[in-house]
Amino acid sequence: MATQRIIVAGASMGGLRAAEQLRGAGWTGAITVIGDEPHMPYNRPPLSKDVLAGKAPFESLAFTPRPNVADVEWRLGTAVTAARLADRVVELDDGSEIPFDGLVIATGMRPRRLRCEGPAAGRHTVRTLGDAEALRAELTRPGARVVVIGAGFIGCEVAATAIGLGVRDVTVVDPLPLPMVGPLGGLLARSLLERHEERGVRFVLGTGVSGFRGEERVTGVVLSDGRVLPADVVVESVGSVANTEWLDGNGLDLADGVLTDGRLRVGGLPYVVAVGDVARFPNARYDGVPRRVEHWSIPGDTAKHAAKALVSHLTGAEADLTLFAPLPTFWSDQHEFRLQSFGSPGLGLADVRVLDGDPDGDVLVGYHCDSRLVGVVALGGHAAATGAARYRAQLLKQPALTA
Amino acid sequence: MKVVVDMNKCQDHGQCVFAAPDVFQLDDNGRLAYVSDPDDALRDEVEEAADVCPLQAIRIEG
Repeated sequence: MATQRIIVAGASMGGLRAAEQLRGAGWTGAITVIGDEPHMPYNRPPLSKDVLAGKAPFESLAFTPRPNVADVEWRLGTAVTAARLADRVVELDDGSEIPFDGLVIATGMRPRRLRCEGPAAGRHTVRTLGDAEALRAELTRPGARVVVIGAGFIGCEVAATAIGLGVRDVTVVDPLPLPMVGPLGGLLARSLLERHEERGVRFVLGTGVSGFRGEERVTGVVLSDGRVLPADVVVESVGSVANTEWLDGNGLDLADGVLTDGRLRVGGLPYVVAVGDVARFPNARYDGVPRRVEHWSIPGDTAKHAAKALVSHLTGAEADLTLFAPLPTFWSDQHEFRLQSFGSPGLGLADVRVLDGDPDGDVLVGYHCDSRLVGVVALGGHAAATGAARYRAQLLKQPALTA
Repeated sequence: MKVVVDMNKCQDHGQCVFAAPDVFQLDDNGRLAYVSDPDDALRDEVEEAADVCPLQAIRIEG
């Protein structure tokens, strides 16, 4: 019998963690990881911070793989272009096909781009190492006027990093009335706005972008209300799109990422699982509504769970297949302060209470749903972040929310 | 098994403490303290701690 093979499509953090966890779950067959970037898996959070600031060479970003993946085959610089799941075959951009016994979908996201006419030069996104290096080269040009479109995580981090680099002219544009108001709610978003403004970031809020000015390269951003912001460098941080086109034609639900069941299995096929931010999974801890989660911890969490389900199916080995119920956690570093979150504040935006401190300084905020604590977020210095961690055990003990 | 944490990288996120509480702790000031030669029975936990470090500051030797 030919060697059995699991293919991992995607060679970022989720792909690496999947390979490690497949071995950890007892898979002794072949593993092939396929990724379109030329690099071995690397850590992305520093891209909008230390890499942009010129403080992190690639060697400091690359993950150190566990020894158990020493015999894994890495096919880098190669994209998976299609899959025939029923036939258990993937197709690559070089025209070759690889058969598989099991498949891990780990193709992640790419930045959404604004559909506006205009020059491409001077417009950036931040998702890959190449993106961050290209943006750094332009940010550090003397006198650059920078417009960041989108006041979410990446937008706020890039704006803060640019100020830290000495860029004088940094403006953030967003159609919402406050930065990061979606995940954080008004109380912390207002505090965040003030902290950014005090450090020199300008905000143009409550208006979108309708186009770009410039012939060869961008010279300005046209706002929905007709105003024009002069710009030499534009950063589009307006969300992301799941890389799922290669799965078209297999009858899957690809409405927003790949829909999975509570064990990360895809399309009713027990030999196909999805991991990382491309997976739209129900979290048994909350209301059972499938969601994608773009937090840093999710590739590791999903890989562990998905690998167990996949290996147990392929080998017939017994496994403890509980429903996936991760406790979400995220953080963001902006200027000299940190945001630290545990749980799902987004499910408790209607009932936000200050648990400790003061929104003008270090503050710890609780988010409630039906009077039950569903998330905590700290904003401020180190002590605030540590304070948030104290609530983690309490959040883990809460009974599941029902739909 | 030997555990080495690059304290120049560590930013006290505390994720390792959740993964391997017998090996990693935050002291009263919220700074990381750890056991550098934990029992091999804790290897799974320590590997998990190394994985979840946002700064990838934890190295396992041996």
